[in-house]
Amino acid sequence: MNLSYYLVLAAILFTIGAVGVLVRRNAIVVFMCIELMLNAVNLTLITFARSTGTVDGQIIALFVMVVAAAEVVVGLAIIMSIYRTRRSASVDDANLLKY
Amino acid sequence: MTPETAGVVIGTGEAVIFWILGPVALAGALGMVLSRNAVHSALWLVLTMLSLGVFYVVQEAPFLGAVQVIVYTGAIMILFLFVLMLVGRDSSDSVVETLRGQRVAALALGAGFAALVGAGIARATQDLPVLGLEQVQGGVGGPSSGNVEAVAGLLYTRYLLAFEVTGALLIVAAVGALLLTHVEREPGSRQTQKELSRARFLTDRPQTLPGPGVHARATSVAAPALLPDGRLAEDSFATGIEPEQVEQMPRPTGREQLGSPDAALGSLDPTLSDTPGGRTGGEHR
Repeated sequence: MNLSYYLVLAAILFTIGAVGVLVRRNAIVVFMCIELMLNAVNLTLITFARSTGTVDGQIIALFVMVVAAAEVVVGLAIIMSIYRTRRSASVDDANLLKY
Repeated sequence: MTPETAGVVIGTGEAVIFWILGPVALAGALGMVLSRNAVHSALWLVLTMLSLGVFYVVQEAPFLGAVQVIVYTGAIMILFLFVLMLVGRDSSDSVVETLRGQRVAALALGAGFAALVGAGIARATQDLPVLGLEQVQGGVGGPSSGNVEAVAGLLYTRYLLAFEVTGALLIVAAVGALLLTHVEREPGSRQTQKELSRARFLTDRPQTLPGPGVHARATSVAAPALLPDGRLAEDSFATGIEPEQVEQMPRPTGREQLGSPDAALGSLDPTLSDTPGGRTGGEHR
């Protein structure tokens, strides 16, 4: 067992999140998939921090968590306001920006 | 830091934890993508995040492990569940493909991406040195400061500017969420309690409606209230449900008409319907 196992696991989790973003139609589930991708990146950062023997990677992971929290708050507020006007949380229905 | 510390051996315990929690994290991620119900997706994601939190603790980042559990699974996922309940969890995901073949293409791309990145990372990092964090955050032979002190030492010196900007970002996010979810009411569009009360007394029924089942002898919503003369109170009919008289309940009347306490309890037997108090309940059928 070496550290590359963690990295491969993080890569697979990231891929699952990316495929979920492409496949799912519910906007909230799409957001959850983005959270999963951010978590996978955090695992990579912490693994490399341990590998290089510095705490900088952990600091960056902490910043990623803070930015993810802010992103979730604003994104869910946007989903709420779209749901109020369109009565739907599906990303297919929010196509007003299309044209 | 020094080359002598290279080669920290990863113990068997960590390998056991990895091979137990790694598949759990994978199963959580797959379950999140595959489950049709959004609430189930959120719960699967909680499983993955908890496994990752354990990984952080194992990889000498106990502070981030705690933050992962508290912030991600504690705050963010609860926020997700709140919004799911507000938006309506039964707004089911459509299975219609708007782009033809998008799902298959996404799966193929994902499989290819995972194979490429996974194989590349595995090949590039198979000899990755494990310096470990004992030199900077304590451990057996390191300094006495712990993980929290090491993180705080860097956070408040080298990354101070980014930390301050983070504070600004959080404030902007909170204010933005308030702004986006705020609903402006026109002045006067909401009736005051005085106006509501006045409007109610202008109708022909100022008192409250009789509740279903209040004077009926059942607690079912379908059982309408009875007026004193035994008729059904039409105001108490539940909307959407056929009013249903509960007929199986004996209706004892006044004590003076009855001979004994046993008779006062009534009877369901139709042959005893002549006995005083033994109503069969047929008159409201």
